[in-house]
Amino acid sequence: MDIESARLIAMALAAGLGVIGPGIGIGIIGGGAMQAIGRNPEASGKIVSNMILAIVFTEALAILALVVAFIIRFV
Amino acid sequence: MAIPEAAVEGGAAGHAGIHVVLKAEEIWNIAGFPITNSLLMTWLTMIILIGFALLFRRQIAMVPSKLQAGVEMLFEGVLNYMAETLESEKLARRFFPLIMTIFLLVFVANELAFVPGVGSLLYDHVPFLRASAADLNFTLALAIISFLTIEITGVAALGFFKYAGKYVTFKSPVDFVVGIIELLSNVGRLISFSFRLFGNIFAGEVMIAVAIFFAAYLLPVPLMAFEVFVGFIQAVVFAMLTLFFIKIAIMEPHGEEAH
Repeated sequence: MDIESARLIAMALAAGLGVIGPGIGIGIIGGGAMQAIGRNPEASGKIVSNMILAIVFTEALAILALVVAFIIRFV
Repeated sequence: MAIPEAAVEGGAAGHAGIHVVLKAEEIWNIAGFPITNSLLMTWLTMIILIGFALLFRRQIAMVPSKLQAGVEMLFEGVLNYMAETLESEKLARRFFPLIMTIFLLVFVANELAFVPGVGSLLYDHVPFLRASAADLNFTLALAIISFLTIEITGVAALGFFKYAGKYVTFKSPVDFVVGIIELLSNVGRLISFSFRLFGNIFAGEVMIAVAIFFAAYLLPVPLMAFEVFVGFIQAVVFAMLTLFFIKIAIMEPHGEEAH
């Protein structure tokens, strides 16, 4: 297997596997936020802004995986 | 920076694909200092922001015009949010310029990338302008500024030994390990701040280039709309996270239960 094919496969694996975890994490965060809003609709403003903060943290890990994929392919 | 090219130079290799470069291309070189296309874009953003501020100063009146009312609403909203988070009006006023500047700079830089011409006008076969945040230098510089502000604020508010005592503590083995992990995560903020913004904007650019390559006039539209939204959210997040970490840094060691 030459290096170019290996790079392509590596990029796909890095990006694909790397976003599984954060994807599940964001789903859990969203689900928790929905439940909290269901219990207490008045606090939805606070809940939503905290949810966005938590989502941003987990998304950063997904972005990290994506950047690694780009580096593998294009550098 | 991400250019779809249908056929290149006579098609000897028949190469069709997207030209993606991770590193910002150098346009000019002045006495060894490279001027890249994202640097030009950053300067353009600065000119727009500073120009707006200077022009706006002249029109400030007691009875506000619509523009002044809008700007006041934005500033007041952010200042109130900061005062609520930091629990001190004085501290909120002290950090307001930094947080607001970070937000405005990142927001305008992100949204300016959708002006027609950015990424498509070529200078010597290389795009003349490129989204500022698609260059790791820009995001890393902002991350370093945030990091230094957070650490210096912590030291200034608590004193060096008390602040260091939050991270290097010998009260118990568990506290010690947790402290070391917190210290590493503090330094890790440099990476996470810079890569979060860089990754979001750069990946957005690549996604739009791929969309243009496949269905040039229809597919990019919802993607670009989404990227406009992402640009706003990332600006908000950068400023908000700096604010939150400043708040965590100035907190007393015994008062914190969770982070």
